[in-house]
Amino acid sequence: MKKALKIVVLAKQVPDTRNVGKDAMTPEGTVNRAALPAIFNPEDLNALEMALSLKDRTEGSTVHILTMGPLRAADIIRDAMFRGADGGYLLTDRKFAGSDTLATSYALSCALRKIQPDVIVAGRQAIDGDTAQVGPQVAEKLGWPQVTYAEELLEIKEHSVVIKRRLEHGTEVVESPLPMVMTVNGSAAECRPQNAKRVMKYKYALTRTELEAAAGTLAAEMAAAKDYLQIVELSAADVNPDEQQLGLVGSPTKVKKIENVVFQAKEAKKLTAADADIESLMVELIASHTLG
Amino acid sequence: MNNIFVYIELENGVVADVSLELLTKGRELADELGVKLEAVVLGHEVAGIEKELAKYGADTVWVADDAIFAPFRTLPHTAVMCGLIRQEQPQIALFGATPVGRDFAPRVSSALHSGLTADCTQLVIGDHTDAKTKKEYKNLLYQIRPAFGGNIIATIVNPDHRPQMATVREGVMRKAYAAQPAAGEVKKIDWRPMVQDSDLAVRIIDRQIEDRKIDIKGAGVIVAGGYGMGSKENFKLVHELAEVLGAEVGASRAAVDAGFTEHERQVGQTGVTVRPKLYIACGISGQIQHTAGMDQSSMIISINTDPEAPINKIADFAITGDVNEVIPKMIKYYKQNSK
Repeated sequence: MKKALKIVVLAKQVPDTRNVGKDAMTPEGTVNRAALPAIFNPEDLNALEMALSLKDRTEGSTVHILTMGPLRAADIIRDAMFRGADGGYLLTDRKFAGSDTLATSYALSCALRKIQPDVIVAGRQAIDGDTAQVGPQVAEKLGWPQVTYAEELLEIKEHSVVIKRRLEHGTEVVESPLPMVMTVNGSAAECRPQNAKRVMKYKYALTRTELEAAAGTLAAEMAAAKDYLQIVELSAADVNPDEQQLGLVGSPTKVKKIENVVFQAKEAKKLTAADADIESLMVELIASHTLG
Repeated sequence: MNNIFVYIELENGVVADVSLELLTKGRELADELGVKLEAVVLGHEVAGIEKELAKYGADTVWVADDAIFAPFRTLPHTAVMCGLIRQEQPQIALFGATPVGRDFAPRVSSALHSGLTADCTQLVIGDHTDAKTKKEYKNLLYQIRPAFGGNIIATIVNPDHRPQMATVREGVMRKAYAAQPAAGEVKKIDWRPMVQDSDLAVRIIDRQIEDRKIDIKGAGVIVAGGYGMGSKENFKLVHELAEVLGAEVGASRAAVDAGFTEHERQVGQTGVTVRPKLYIACGISGQIQHTAGMDQSSMIISINTDPEAPINKIADFAITGDVNEVIPKMIKYYKQNSK
């Protein structure tokens, strides 16, 4: 029998930057963050599915989410519980504000030393930064091997996992010892949907702060009575960090300047869909040898 | 001392284009700073590689040549790169933003606590004054990249940590021979003390390499479709126009995310950067995420129902209309007039 694994999924709540409509830009041309919905980072959902399939194949294993962010990020922990995760950790503290990827990785690695998982699964990258750095940086901080761009879990052995990973022009099968970190590619299996029974069971899962805010309500009573309804809230002090490595101070990279994108106006020749317009355009492209 | 490092990525023993592009940019930065440009090659049976790298301006070529470095594995590469950086103390280290560079450069930055900026679109030398401490820094590397889904352009600096590390995607910088070939002096890396047994713990069992089937980078004409194509079914119109024009098919990130077409066709900051002589953008709104990868095209035609679409601001011809109407007409009138 295979050993039961303690699996942690690194997930992030991100603004949905993929479909930034006109209402998401202010008249001054800046991003109106409030108009963008906060979502479960897409590739972190692929990571969650990878973790759940690993759990399905190793009896007694558990899957917990670890996310760093503001209090509202507990929403993605609940979402993950509705889909099959056993619980989660919310790492939240003002001391983390202004973290670059390295300071983020450091804070996460401190929490992970406390949690002590056997396998860490993360999405390849988050859509608000597209850096793909946090997974490998966490692995380095822990001194663990990593497998990036994981697509499929081929085999689980006593002390190792065999993973198919996506390369630029092909695939590679690798065997990594445990404990290890894998980052999951968007081409991996999609995450299973929320399960109605699990939604009923976990809808009152709350963090400590949420419990305090809801004090006296039925929801708070229910959440307080059941251990599995308590999302673990961790502050910086809870994970014993070197404070010099947290937040803005702990970030080697600094943002010097932010410019909102202003498109350079170039005089475009305006055409309609009328036959005459399209024909004269095609004739011009052929005559100038741009086409043909 | 405090030179510029460029990591040289190898694909089956051949130097990746992105590495030559980085040498070209690195040469320019090294000249401005008055330092040397040093290439770092970690591979197997790479003798003679310095000749090509010298043409692109590499003064020094650091080499670790052993079977453990090919095919690429994260841990031995990380260990040797960290070891060499500690030994040589470069001020800047550049990596291709390829699956390989994006796999191990973050680990190197994490081990060295040096900071890393991903997917830079420009690298410039400039001065910096810390807003709080008023401390002044001379000749930092400005690492410039779109962020927040491409809606802002951020300039990032690493004032206090070295090396200043950045990744750049293939095709973003131009590659060109240096004005004068550099020495390309080979220096062997004393790598054995840098690599531990545990660095070899991940084992490659099998590799299946597929030929590059889709190559939009080299195409002279690209017809690209966006989310405005509406559906995967309708995206076929883009392929039809491309076939008639002898063009390649490109796509915006939204179209790829929606499953209209393959990821290999994605043009933009997180996809491929292209510079065709003609780029036809069909149903693409023109977020900078996308335009960062195609705004250097010699000519741009946009087809969009929205006359205010941002893409029209960089287009040479802006057709206001429905792709379903315009594309068939383009096909028809091209066929009629091209004989």
